[in-house]
Parts: sequence; structure tokens; C-alpha cells
Amino acid sequence: MSNLELNTKVEPKRTKKRHVTLKQQKYIFIYSCLFVPVVFFLSIRLLPMLYTFNVGFHEWKILSPEQPFVGLSNYTSLFQDEVFLRALQNTGIYVLVGVIGQMILGLIVSLLLQRVNRFVGLFRVIYFIPYITSAVAISWIFKWILMNNGILNNILLNLGFEKQLFLQDPNQAIYLVIGTIIFQGLGFQIVIFLAGLENIPNMFYEAADIDGANGWQKLSKITLPLLNPTIVFSAVIATISFLQSFTQIENMTGGGPLNSTMTIVYYIYELAFQKFEMGYASAATVILFLIIFLITLFQMKVLTKRFDY
Amino acid sequence: MKKGWKSFLVYFLLTAGSLIMLFPFIWMISTSFKLPLEVFTLDIIPENPTIQNYQKIIGDTLFLKWFLNSLIIAIITTLSVAIFDTLVGYILAKFSFPGKNIIFVAILSTLMIPTEMLVIPWYMMSTEFGWVDSYWGIMFPGVISAFGIFLMRQFMESIPDDLLDAARIDGMREFGIFVKVAIPQVRPALSALCIFSFLGNWNAFLWPLLVIESTGMRTLPVGLAFFSSENQEYWELIMAGATISVIPLIIVFLFFQKQIIKGIVLTGMK
Repeated sequence: MSNLELNTKVEPKRTKKRHVTLKQQKYIFIYSCLFVPVVFFLSIRLLPMLYTFNVGFHEWKILSPEQPFVGLSNYTSLFQDEVFLRALQNTGIYVLVGVIGQMILGLIVSLLLQRVNRFVGLFRVIYFIPYITSAVAISWIFKWILMNNGILNNILLNLGFEKQLFLQDPNQAIYLVIGTIIFQGLGFQIVIFLAGLENIPNMFYEAADIDGANGWQKLSKITLPLLNPTIVFSAVIATISFLQSFTQIENMTGGGPLNSTMTIVYYIYELAFQKFEMGYASAATVILFLIIFLITLFQMKVLTKRFDY
Repeated sequence: MKKGWKSFLVYFLLTAGSLIMLFPFIWMISTSFKLPLEVFTLDIIPENPTIQNYQKIIGDTLFLKWFLNSLIIAIITTLSVAIFDTLVGYILAKFSFPGKNIIFVAILSTLMIPTEMLVIPWYMMSTEFGWVDSYWGIMFPGVISAFGIFLMRQFMESIPDDLLDAARIDGMREFGIFVKVAIPQVRPALSALCIFSFLGNWNAFLWPLLVIESTGMRTLPVGLAFFSSENQEYWELIMAGATISVIPLIIVFLFFQKQIIKGIVLTGMK
């Protein structure tokens, strides 16, 4: 229809010509600017991802000349592989304990920060410092503090307690690694929560004061429900980042003792870059991808819901 | 009376928390100035403070080279991300053209791909093309960021079309409009993006660990990780290395903390 109208309309020739060249100029600008990024995303993100799917269906050792197609056998062996199952289970612990711990601590500190008038900036900076520092450095500092003859054990001894094995203890190590990760992520969590708290209109609290509500009622009936979108948003972000825990594990425990701190990502790293089992490792990354994909779907479903009060 | 006690408790808890957050850094600095014999003492201030650990680290290892590598890589990557992400974000926000939706959805969908899934093909690519152990090899996965494009698009959308059209009527070229009209409108978001990109690349570990082979090409985190595991038990040296890799960034952060925290809020909430 619009084409027809355009053809039947008699417009002065000159303006029409100028219109076309402007349009051409615009398209030249658009496509020449998009060319490099599109090539980048195709060749560095999307095609490699498809390639990984493909590698996952092969027995692919980096040194052997042949990479035979093996169908789903990498996947079936993964689910019979004790280390992988252990890694899967541990990753669940990392996510569950890590996310809940980080959210609760973040909430406590930001609620405390909200109540003070002075030094807010100073406190915020202090809690934020670990977030900007290198995870490798933090891991080694914590390893040093938790050493057999490190400061924490010395303090325990001086207080009359027994020495602890900490990172060498299969029951303690995972929680200490999680603690180290939380230590680094806490500042980010606090900044996000503080921003969310600031968005809650003061009038709700004033109304509650008039009604004679106590502190706990205000927290559970006003603050937490109104902060809910922020909580869900950061829970998703934290889940995805705990799912991908690697740096602290590589530097603090190397997955041990007895695979007790092993995660999916660390196992992928071992398989691919120490045992060079690219096919098997790729299959494991596909499983990681599916987990993240499901979480993202959940995120889109929950976060696109409108929160109205 | 009751109120004063309550606020004292709040300050007390916050201060205790701050000390817990600061202690690892204090202990790191303290250990780095200790003699090997004193390392296992509990003194926060060393009895005989020494700078010999730093001299050793700077003299015997390539820490300064690693520092320089990290700096070069973080700066180049950040510049590249800033240029491409703003440009693509601007085009996706302010123009309509055939293929726009496909391109947008394709870029957005890459956000879901975990890096771990890509490192295997990246590694194969790098061996194939000879990118292993080079700056380009370390940098190439991060020169454009999908998150940044998404972020810049969000902010570019709020620029009024009339402003851009006015510039067009004045005869400005499209690229000129982008540089002189659009970018000044999104400066806070752009600086937040640069900060994130710099931090991310400065602290990146997994990919550099895989693609770097020679000692001289290491970045600071990779260098520190290798150095530390090769010198287990020499905690005073490890902590001196950690201090070198942590303190400069903390100082920069203290200078720009207001903008950085604002940037986190700005981008984190989008």
C-alpha cells in the first residue's frame, strides 16, 4: 500500500533524490559500524558455542589424529563419573550456601548502614574494597590466614581451642572457599541492596510509625516485600557467578582434599587442560550451559513480572 | 537513653564488620614486611620491618613486567569495549534497519554462554592461528562485550530523537552526531562501563591462565598464582607479591570511589 502511495504521489524530483542519498548514507553508516561487531559475535561467541556442542559428541583428545563420533556416550559416562557427580553436588552447595550467605550478610550490613548517619561513605568503601581486588591475591591471603601454622590457628591455640585443618579438611574446605568468595562479593551486594532500600518511599515507614508498628514488623511487612525485586535480581546474578566458581578453588585447594571442593568448572578445566579430554570436557560444559540457560529462563519469567504495590 | 544504646550497637557491629573486611589486607601488608624468621609471629607491626621481600620480588621475578602486561591489556581492551559497545548500543537504540532484531537478539543471547564453554574452542583457535602467548591471544575474547552493548543501548534509548534530528538538519554527518551529540548524553554510563571493563580484564584469570605459556607474557593474577604455588611456604614473598598486585588498584579505587559505586548502582539496577 505504502509503495503505491509513494509512486502515485508526485513529488519534486530534487527532494526525492536528496532523501534517497541521506537514507543511503544512513545505511552505509549503520552496516559499516555493525560489521566488525557482528563478525566478532559470530566467530568468537556463537560459532565456538556450536563447535563445543559438536566436540561434545566426539571422543576428542587433543593429541590424537582422529576424533571419532561417539554420540551421547560422553554424556552417559559423565553421569556415571563419580568425580563429575561429586562436582555437580558440590556446585549445588556452592550456589546454595554461597547465595544465601551472601544475601543474608549483605542484607544485614545494608540494613545497619541504613540506620547510621555518619561514616556511611567510609563503611561502604571499606566493605567494597575486596570486590575490586584480584581474586587470586585474596585466595592466597586467605590460604595464608588459614594455614596449619597461620594466624587463625595460632589465635585458636591461644584461646585454648584445638588447631583446625581448615583447607586440608574435606568437611571444612568447601565452606572456607565459599566464605572467601562471599568476602569478595559482599560489597557489591551491599551497594545493590542500599540502592534498593533508598528506593522505598519514606511515607510507608511514617505510616507504620503512626500505626505503632515495631522494628520487626516494619522489616517484615515493608522493607523485605518492597526490596523483593532487588533480592530476586541479585539472587540470580549471584547464582550464576557461584555456578562458575573457579579462581578461588584453583588457588586455594585445587579441587581437593578428596574432591571435596571440586566444582563443574574446575573439573572441566582439569579434563580439558590437564588431561586434554576435549570431547568429555565439552560435554560437561554443555551441561553447565543448560543449567545456566534454565536459570536465565527463570530470571526472565520472574523479573519481567511487574511488581506493583 | 535506649536510642543511644541502639545506635552504639549499630556502630559497633559495623566497625567490627569493617575490621573483618580490612584484616586480610592488613595481615597481607604486615607479612610482606616481615623477615622469614618472623613470619609466624602474631605481631601486626613487624619487629624488624624490612623491604627485602619487595627487593627480592622486583629483582628476581618479572612482577613489574606482569604489572605492565596487565596494564596494557586492561587499557586496550577497555578502549575497544568503550568504542564498539557505545557505537553498537547507539545504532541498536536509535536506528531502524533490516536485520536489527536478529542482530540484537543474537548479541543478547551470547550473555547466556558461560566462558567455560568457549575456552575450549578459543584455545583450539589460538593454537591454529598462532595466537597463543600473545597480547592479542589474551585480549581477543574481551574486545567487545555483549553486556556493555545492552547497557549502552538502554541509556542511548533515553536520548531524545529530536536532538539527533536537529543535528542532522544542521548538516552533521552520522558519525559526528554519534561522537558530538550522543556520547555526551551517556557519559556516566560510559564511565561505569569503562570501570567494569578495566576491573574485569585486570583481574581476569581463567582465559589468561590457559593462553599464556611463557613467564614474560603473564598477567598479574596469572603471575601471582604461579609465583605463589612455586614458592609455597615463603609467605612473606607471596604476600609482598599480593600487595603489589592489590594496592595500586585500591589506591585508584579510593580516588574514584564515588563514581565507581555510583556506576555499580547505575549499571547494576538496569
